[in-house]
Amino acid sequence: MATLEIRDLHVSIETDQGSKEILRGVNLTINSGETHAIMGPNGSGKSTLAYTIAGHPRYTVDSGSITLDGADVLAMSIDERARAGLFLAMQYPVEIPGVTVSNFLRTAKTALDGEAPALRSWIKDLRGSMEALRMDSSFAERNVNEGFSGGEKKRHEIVQLELLKPSIAVLDETDSGLDVDALKIVSEGVNRVKENTGLGVLLITHYTRILRYITPDFVHVFVDGRVAEEGGPELAERLENEGYDRYLTGSTVG
Amino acid sequence: MQQHPHGPGSPVPVQTRNERFASAAHDDFPAVTGRELEWKLTPVEKIRDLIDGELDGSAFPAEVSSAPGVTVEWVAMDDARVGSAGLAEERAAANAWSSAQQALTVTLTSEEAVAVTIDRAGADRAPRAAHTVITAAPNARGIVVIDNRGSARLTENVEIVAGAGSDLTVVSLQEWDAESVHLSSQFARVDKDARLKHVVVSLGGAIVRVKPSVHLAGSAADGQLLGLYFADSGQHLEQRVYVHHIAPQTISRVTYKGALNGAGARTVWVGDVLIGRDATGTDSYEQNRNLVLSDGTRADSIPNLEIETGDIAGAGHASATGRFDDEQLFYLRSRGIDEQEARRLVVLGFLLEVVQKIGAPELEQRLIAAIETELDAVAVV
Repeated sequence: MATLEIRDLHVSIETDQGSKEILRGVNLTINSGETHAIMGPNGSGKSTLAYTIAGHPRYTVDSGSITLDGADVLAMSIDERARAGLFLAMQYPVEIPGVTVSNFLRTAKTALDGEAPALRSWIKDLRGSMEALRMDSSFAERNVNEGFSGGEKKRHEIVQLELLKPSIAVLDETDSGLDVDALKIVSEGVNRVKENTGLGVLLITHYTRILRYITPDFVHVFVDGRVAEEGGPELAERLENEGYDRYLTGSTVG
Repeated sequence: MQQHPHGPGSPVPVQTRNERFASAAHDDFPAVTGRELEWKLTPVEKIRDLIDGELDGSAFPAEVSSAPGVTVEWVAMDDARVGSAGLAEERAAANAWSSAQQALTVTLTSEEAVAVTIDRAGADRAPRAAHTVITAAPNARGIVVIDNRGSARLTENVEIVAGAGSDLTVVSLQEWDAESVHLSSQFARVDKDARLKHVVVSLGGAIVRVKPSVHLAGSAADGQLLGLYFADSGQHLEQRVYVHHIAPQTISRVTYKGALNGAGARTVWVGDVLIGRDATGTDSYEQNRNLVLSDGTRADSIPNLEIETGDIAGAGHASATGRFDDEQLFYLRSRGIDEQEARRLVVLGFLLEVVQKIGAPELEQRLIAAIETELDAVAVV
């Protein structure tokens, strides 16, 4: 049982025009086994939240806290956060020339577990996960994300989610750029990992489409750097019908 | 050798790469000032002995492995094979040419792929000259690795002839000790339908300057030029690449990648591609990328492309020198990989892109191990 707690989180970035506040007091609690959808218009700070949890150096935490089972996440380095059990499925996974998927995954698994995985079961797990996500086995010997289509990159993120077994995962717009078939495959993957490992999920999305396949327990509407409304799955349905307009009076969509 | 009208002493600057003066005679070249285009990026004061001094021209110690259909001979410098692929274009190369007393010839005739190693474990620190001619007979296939280790002060010429329809790989591997100096002009002629893969790997040595000139002389000749270098503190690693598309439908790909680490680490890459008047329908691309791992390094990267015909299939170049890609490091670290390991992976991956193209598994494994050793010295910044 793991709990990620975000308390009154204020985050800014440096721009050419000086420091700009993006998150203005975010409060969230995610427990193992729960799925929280964060929805909101572009520019509302959803991705900033994702990257801040993962520790991207671009974002400065001005105040507030993030803890994982009471441990101070903000005091941890990027890789320490991963080793503590956090995972970020990225919206734009980067290419890493000359590093094969198989080498990358084995290195990551070794770093997380503190020892190299047993070869036979590891190969079996890797093949099984790639097969489940309809990735040809030849991808294992290709360089990380190099020449992958948008959908292949997203499926590769979920392969990592399945093999690295975090306790809490942030999925940053995993649905963007996916056609319906790929969306189903990716969603099935997430659901399978939830079922097998009791994963807690923070699902960041602009659209309600993915919520047909991954059912959220809680929906949080993000507007202008904070949670504007919270509810159950019914809130997502309402957003599908009404959009974000009613939250945006007096502010503009970024 | 007839002096070219645009040769040294002429007031007319050399406009086109293939109009450069060439000669086997040291005295035909003017004294080197260090300001010439050819030399201005090279620490000439540290290599005066090789440019101008008397050189030991006796056979440079080498052991050549035997393979079916491979002939190895030491021949006199008036042998017909000497000069079959090129001629010295500067004073250090000419000094080597006129000083060498004999040439090592390695000739491949087998149509089954063979592997040959010219094992040079070095010599004393006396300035020396060497001359080597590697020939693939028509339709022959194989790889020749010039494996340079130990200590040397060497200026040399290496000639490479890829006969019609042949498929030849030549690897010049520089893993000299820390004091060694090595100047190597390498001339290749690639005949009709032949394929030459030329690989330069420079890891060890105080000053290493390798100059591959590849002449795509026959139609549909294919030149793949790969390079990989890793300069540590105080090392000067220079590579000057020249590809001359002479015949129609010729193809060239030049990919050089380097890493620099430590104060005074210095690399130079100059890549000249000339697409001649008759070289219609050619396709060429050259790129150089350098990864800077610490402060106090300097990487020069100068691509030049000259096109003398309007009818080409493609021509392009790219050059980039930069530090780590922070997004790559973030991605790896977000999967639990610590910073040092993430940096190792990124640098290794960056250089492996070239290693993976050599196509000789044993050599590739050895190079990966050598690069990993280099990386052990890289501190986390």
